[in-house]
Amino acid sequence: MRKFLSNLVASQNFPFYVTAFLFVLLFAIGSVTFTGFFSLQVFLNLFIDNAPLIIVTVGITFTILSGFSGIDLSVGAVVSLSCMTLAVLMRDTTINPYVCMLIVLLIGIVVGLVNGALITYFRLQPFIVTLGTMFLCRGITAILSRDSVAIVNQEYSELAFTSFEFSDYFISLGAVIALFMVLTATVILRYTSFGRGVYAIGGNEQSARLMGLKVDSIRIKVYVISGFCAALGGITYSWIMLSGYTLHGLGMEMEAIASSVIGGTQLMGGVGFMPGTLLGVMIQGTILTIISFQGTLSAWWTKIVVGVLLCLFIVMQAIVTSHKSKLMNLNAEDSASKDR
Amino acid sequence: MSDCEDYILQMRHIDMFFPAVKALKDVSFNLKKGEIISLMGENGAGKSTLVKVLTGVYHKTNGEIIFDGNKIEPTTPLASQKMGISTVYQEVNLCANLSVAENIYIGREPRNSIGGIDWPTMQKNASKLLFDSLGIDIDVTKELNFYPVAMQQMIAIARAIDTKCKILILDEPTSSLSDAETQRLFKIMRSLKEQGISIIFISHFLEQIYTICDRITILRDGSYIGEYEIENLPKIELISKMMGKEVKDGEIESDVEKSKPRANNYIETSHVTVPGKVKDLTLDIKEGEVVGFAGLLGSGRSEIAETLFGTMLKSSGDIYVEGVKVSIKSPMDMMKHKVAFCPEDRKVQGIIGDLSVRENIILALQAKMGMFSHISRARQNKLADYYIDLLRIKVSDREQLIKNLSGGNQQKVIIARWLATQPSLLILDEPTRGIDVGTKTEIENLAVTLAKEKGMSVVFISGEMGEMVRTCSRVMVIRDHVKVTELNDDEISTAHIMQAIAGDYHGKSV
Amino acid sequence: MVNLFRSFFKSSLALPLMALFVLLMFNAFFVDDFFKIEVMENGNLYGRPVDILYRASSLIILSLGMTFVIATGGIDISVGAVVAISSATCCVLLGGDISGIPAHPFFVAILCSLGVGILAGIWNGTLVAKFKIQAMVATLILMTAGRGIAQLMTDGQIITVYYKPFAYIGGNIPGVMLPTAMLIAIVMVALVIFIDRKTSIGLMIQSVGINATAARYAGIKVTAVLFAVYIFSGFCAGCAGLIEGSLIRAADANNAGLNMEMDAILAVTLGGTLMVGGRYYIGGTIIGAITIQTLTTTMYAVGVSSDRLPAVKAIVILMIIVIQSEKFKQMYQDFKAKRLNHDAHKEAENA
Repeated sequence: MRKFLSNLVASQNFPFYVTAFLFVLLFAIGSVTFTGFFSLQVFLNLFIDNAPLIIVTVGITFTILSGFSGIDLSVGAVVSLSCMTLAVLMRDTTINPYVCMLIVLLIGIVVGLVNGALITYFRLQPFIVTLGTMFLCRGITAILSRDSVAIVNQEYSELAFTSFEFSDYFISLGAVIALFMVLTATVILRYTSFGRGVYAIGGNEQSARLMGLKVDSIRIKVYVISGFCAALGGITYSWIMLSGYTLHGLGMEMEAIASSVIGGTQLMGGVGFMPGTLLGVMIQGTILTIISFQGTLSAWWTKIVVGVLLCLFIVMQAIVTSHKSKLMNLNAEDSASKDR
Repeated sequence: MSDCEDYILQMRHIDMFFPAVKALKDVSFNLKKGEIISLMGENGAGKSTLVKVLTGVYHKTNGEIIFDGNKIEPTTPLASQKMGISTVYQEVNLCANLSVAENIYIGREPRNSIGGIDWPTMQKNASKLLFDSLGIDIDVTKELNFYPVAMQQMIAIARAIDTKCKILILDEPTSSLSDAETQRLFKIMRSLKEQGISIIFISHFLEQIYTICDRITILRDGSYIGEYEIENLPKIELISKMMGKEVKDGEIESDVEKSKPRANNYIETSHVTVPGKVKDLTLDIKEGEVVGFAGLLGSGRSEIAETLFGTMLKSSGDIYVEGVKVSIKSPMDMMKHKVAFCPEDRKVQGIIGDLSVRENIILALQAKMGMFSHISRARQNKLADYYIDLLRIKVSDREQLIKNLSGGNQQKVIIARWLATQPSLLILDEPTRGIDVGTKTEIENLAVTLAKEKGMSVVFISGEMGEMVRTCSRVMVIRDHVKVTELNDDEISTAHIMQAIAGDYHGKSV
Repeated sequence: MVNLFRSFFKSSLALPLMALFVLLMFNAFFVDDFFKIEVMENGNLYGRPVDILYRASSLIILSLGMTFVIATGGIDISVGAVVAISSATCCVLLGGDISGIPAHPFFVAILCSLGVGILAGIWNGTLVAKFKIQAMVATLILMTAGRGIAQLMTDGQIITVYYKPFAYIGGNIPGVMLPTAMLIAIVMVALVIFIDRKTSIGLMIQSVGINATAARYAGIKVTAVLFAVYIFSGFCAGCAGLIEGSLIRAADANNAGLNMEMDAILAVTLGGTLMVGGRYYIGGTIIGAITIQTLTTTMYAVGVSSDRLPAVKAIVILMIIVIQSEKFKQMYQDFKAKRLNHDAHKEAENA
């Protein structure tokens, strides 16, 4: 039993199990406490309400995995810029909404490219660079318009309200896209050279270079993916808000980082599991749902609870890491005594 | 050149300039197919520069490199790796967070029918490769950091073999391996040799070089000294060629007279235990005595030192300094009892790379005095200059960053750091590892002199038995975290220590 | 003279000073009466330079704390949230009574908000030093939860304080020429410089930042050093919280100190301290903070609105960090070498 537990803690998927357990636990607490909580629709709503955050978190997880203190602080600002660009384009021009979305995605890619290029070419700290592009994107959003701009476009609104119904339940297009992104990212990370390369450069960049991986190109791609995800997150965000505003997506980068950490990603890079980060977002969503069901609690309780959860997970990671190194020592002793 | 075909690699008339310094002067290096060659020289002789020219880290100024019959210009480590020149460094260059299988195959993973990574095949291939070529049977799905450094090195070698390397450069591979692990590595090296792979083996352990190598190439001060068959070059001659001076026959065995211990104990321990590290240790160290801790790597010799210094905390037992029982919660407690400790891993535990030599020297003294009794700049300068002079540390000036010094000089700075605290017990853990022979002798002599002249107690820990034979007046033998025996005065010899470690010799006194 | 010039350009202060200089020159040309300082009727000094220093005060204070944290190789992204908590503490303790009578004595409120800052520092320090959690993650916790806590304290309301002396911190104490915030900043800077010069804590901090393991083996109490820098950073945030709260005479849990952690980190990096830890530059940090505030003031002066300001700020930041980077320096060297070569070639041709 002890051995089983010890191996479980040391296994690569342990943080994922904990996240999954926590999610089930929170959902169970909600279900027991409130009538009407335990339903498929409440569960689906978690995806529907958090689709933008899920997509953004997928992107930011790539950057964290890639190491070199990888992080992308610009995502929230890109979300805001995306919404605003869509709103302004559809207000002032007659460009087809789909083309508008393509333009927005392109903007996201360009921001990612700028981040990646500055980080890899000049070897600058991701934290500072993406902080810069965060300010830049927020500023540009404000230059486009200081006030909230509503999106009034028949075709776009229809797209925004698209949902898939089955029996009594429904799920929005945004949520489907979010799930698709998580799935794609999981497959990419597991089954492509690029994906394994992301883990490798996050684990030990110098070794990865010596083993023949194109470190710089991988890192630039990672930031491009993050930019792309942020823009896509922005589009799904605009489907919910149907407006562009400078304060959209404020602090989203921190929510995304928190989700990623709760989902088991280690901020040092090289360790993390994409479905875990999905659960990280869902845990935050469940807390919000519980608070809204409860009715009297204020929204800032979410922040506090998420803070506590973050704390829990981070301490857990610290414990797991020390447990692993202990195991490794034991292992070394074992093999040493076998040698003699 | 009729024997041209025999050579897999010929480096001819290599010159290499650093800004303002000529690092290699007309150096030649030849490597035959399927031989193990050692590149020898003191620190700064140009060994690593030459290897780096070959692997494309540095670029030569003049000369030519002929590899496998073709002239090559290595540009990057990766490019030379692709040509078949692989290097396994002392610090393993793999990704600790990935599985063993991935570490072997990353960048060239087997694919399944739809183009994704074929994990089952990759794992099967990795197991097979490790078992067939190295005789290792481990779970390849586990992360690399699950295994000890020795195993990681084997995995790195497996990767090199699988990339069809023709030349394998092993840079100080044995310095963190136990004897058993080293033997295993040698077995693998021999079988690689039979497969026709040429190996460049760089090591500071003379014994090992004489065990495994066919030939030796010697460099000194960036110049080529010569190539020798191992049978034709006695050790003593090798050393004199490396140092560029004649060495008297006996000098390498023992030169300075050993220190005579005084009557009273400086430090004693009774039944000290650190879980998993030190078992029931009882020892005493006298004033003016040089005590050696002998044992294999991982035997607990460094752990005992760390327990005496307070970086590792005992769970039971007592420690007495000058007969008074002391309680230890941190290194500071022992520093206050005049204990000093030069740790084993110079780079990680010793130097503060981006600080100047001066700051590195005064650091421990400053820490001991507390942050509020600031040592004035004038006194710092005086202290630094004094020790630079005393230990003959080669620096451009005291404000030079320590990371830019050679290993030997870094070690001297660390010793200076501790001498500045006026210790009564100085623990030197592997003070000569990776250091050239000249500096090595200097440090050995220093240990003896300090004990003799200042009555300092010195603990000398080394993996090289010869060193301990030369310096120690008493040797404690440690095996499996237990002090098994002590050797005194005349009993101390390489053979006795080895036998004691192996458990065949129990000493006269026991 | 040339040597002096050269050593100036090689010094760590060159870049931040030059950036500040360029900004000031810009102002001198485009903003009327930029450097004019007057004495107001009530005896206070008035003018743009004073205004910049005054508004930079809380940022300078925050950045001082941040400098030490970054020097140990850490980061403290919770300071903005701590500013919010600290200002909320003070305002809640003083109470929003319209009569201007404080609920608790003023000094109690001040001590408590500073204490809250220190408490936050202890929390961060515990996580980083004791539990060995990465600084960014550890302080992320308080950054996330901090504003929630501040909102909990104010019950989600904006508490306006009518107690007069509270305004003195953010404004002027009657009869004193300089704004109080500036005085506090000056005192803090003096304190830090004194500590830096007269104790060896700087050496300890740098050692920990460069190689914590080796520092431990040299007898430095790494845990204590880490604790100290995070507590100091918390204390600085507490101070800044008082100033920020007093400026608007209210506790605004949502907006007090918003993004200030980012500005503080920027000020430190602009000042030449590297994010990986090690050597730090107090002077650089102060100039960095002033540069950021000058930029803000300048932009207002030429009519850029507050929400568009980030764009300009971003471009300046990106430019400066690129110029600071090793790669850029190398590129510049190569460029110079090429030019020299080219010139030599030409001369040879002419001859």
